[in-house]
Amino acid sequence: MSTDALKSTALTDLHIELGAKMVPFAGYNMPVQYTNLREEHMAVRDSVGMFDVSHMGEFSVTGPDAEALVEWISSNDVSKLIDKQAQYSCMPNEDGGIVDDLIIYKWDSNEFYLVVNASNIEKDWNWIQAQKDAKDFDCELSNMSEDLSLLAIQGPNATKVVQKLTEVNLDAIEFYHFDAGAVAGVEDVIISATGYTGSGGFELYVWNKDVRKVWDAVMEAGAEFGIIPCGLGCRDTLRLEKGYCLYGNDINATTSPIEAGLGWITKFNNPFVNWEYHQAIKENKPARRLVGFDMLDRGIPRQHYIIRNADDTIIGEVTSGTQSPSLGKAIGMGYVESAYAKAGTEIYIEIRNKRLKAEVVKMPFLK
Amino acid sequence: MNFPDDLKYSDDHEWVRVEGDVATVGITDFAQSELGDVVFVEIETEGEDLSKGDTFGTVEAVKTVSDLFMPISGEVIEVNSAIEDAPESVNEDPYGNGWMIKVRISDTSELDALMSQADYQSMVGG
Repeated sequence: MSTDALKSTALTDLHIELGAKMVPFAGYNMPVQYTNLREEHMAVRDSVGMFDVSHMGEFSVTGPDAEALVEWISSNDVSKLIDKQAQYSCMPNEDGGIVDDLIIYKWDSNEFYLVVNASNIEKDWNWIQAQKDAKDFDCELSNMSEDLSLLAIQGPNATKVVQKLTEVNLDAIEFYHFDAGAVAGVEDVIISATGYTGSGGFELYVWNKDVRKVWDAVMEAGAEFGIIPCGLGCRDTLRLEKGYCLYGNDINATTSPIEAGLGWITKFNNPFVNWEYHQAIKENKPARRLVGFDMLDRGIPRQHYIIRNADDTIIGEVTSGTQSPSLGKAIGMGYVESAYAKAGTEIYIEIRNKRLKAEVVKMPFLK
Repeated sequence: MNFPDDLKYSDDHEWVRVEGDVATVGITDFAQSELGDVVFVEIETEGEDLSKGDTFGTVEAVKTVSDLFMPISGEVIEVNSAIEDAPESVNEDPYGNGWMIKVRISDTSELDALMSQADYQSMVGG
């Protein structure tokens, strides 16, 4: 793909200026790393780092049936949410799989924001629109993806950094809650206690025209904590150490959330698209499960590598894998037949025609 | 980026240093930078006679894995065992401590097909 065809975020020029290595990702020209993946990874684990994740998609749902629509399209229990609370969820399709995973933001029962994966923006938009039309829900959808930027400030010192830039009391925003307020002199920033790193911190939703100002202010406020810009490379290693699913790898249009270990976001008290199917999987126990594993032999598992048992029978496939910078060992996730899903089970990953020993472990890899 | 002018370069981003009939082979600064943090290098072809273009090993980085290709034909007579314990030297010192194999060159005329520093640099746009 030529870079001409790629979309930019409001900060793409800045990333290039900073010397980031840019790669095409979900149709966007995105920074994969600025200096060094390991350094960026450890900055987030030990102190603070900032990501431009403006490629993510944002939709609003407003109107009397906003909650009913969101409840219908998502697997988690939306009725549990209080105002200004967020929720991790997924949108099941009609074929037993997942359209996308997402974060649902509840402003009030008439207004929700949905944050979806960049690669799925168009598909999700069409899907949600079709569900709304099919059930004649009385609400409006709006796609803010092109106008809204997203900065993720992550790490144990992230709160201290962002707090220097806002009068909103960040300690009062619990994990997976959010508020809106001025940050770095920019009004109406959504301040969300969420992230994809497992190291805590905030995500800031800012209009494109203001995002450079916020970025610069965060970099300045974070200097005393050694903040550095972080690319998508370490975003992947950080999420994998915590066992977080990545759509397109660990979950996709053919995986049930029950198989994926996402039973905790799959609640059957309110019906959602294809709920009977997933309830049956839950009751009958899934035939395969997404597991985490440590490599015992030397090798790095990668997506689509074959998983075998000790008798050399194929029992599954790797969905994600990397060398964990925090743990200094190779880790992976993959689907295996349920008989092999128990922690401690010995499995074999086929890497370049060799069978390398691995062991199923409980996730997260990094506690 | 650094591309020493006393080396020859392959399309597959390997460098070759010729001393008599022995060639030392490694990956270029461009290649290590594209790969990112190298986790380990796997070379199990010591003692084998390989042809130009054959895979002599693989390099595993955090993000990706890449095959290593013979820039010239010959016997792999030595593997750099030091990169076993210090794979980061491939990133930090690709032309020095990060070297990978020594090859007894079987056909010196193949060296003519390799690129000069200037040609390689213009290929990678450095």
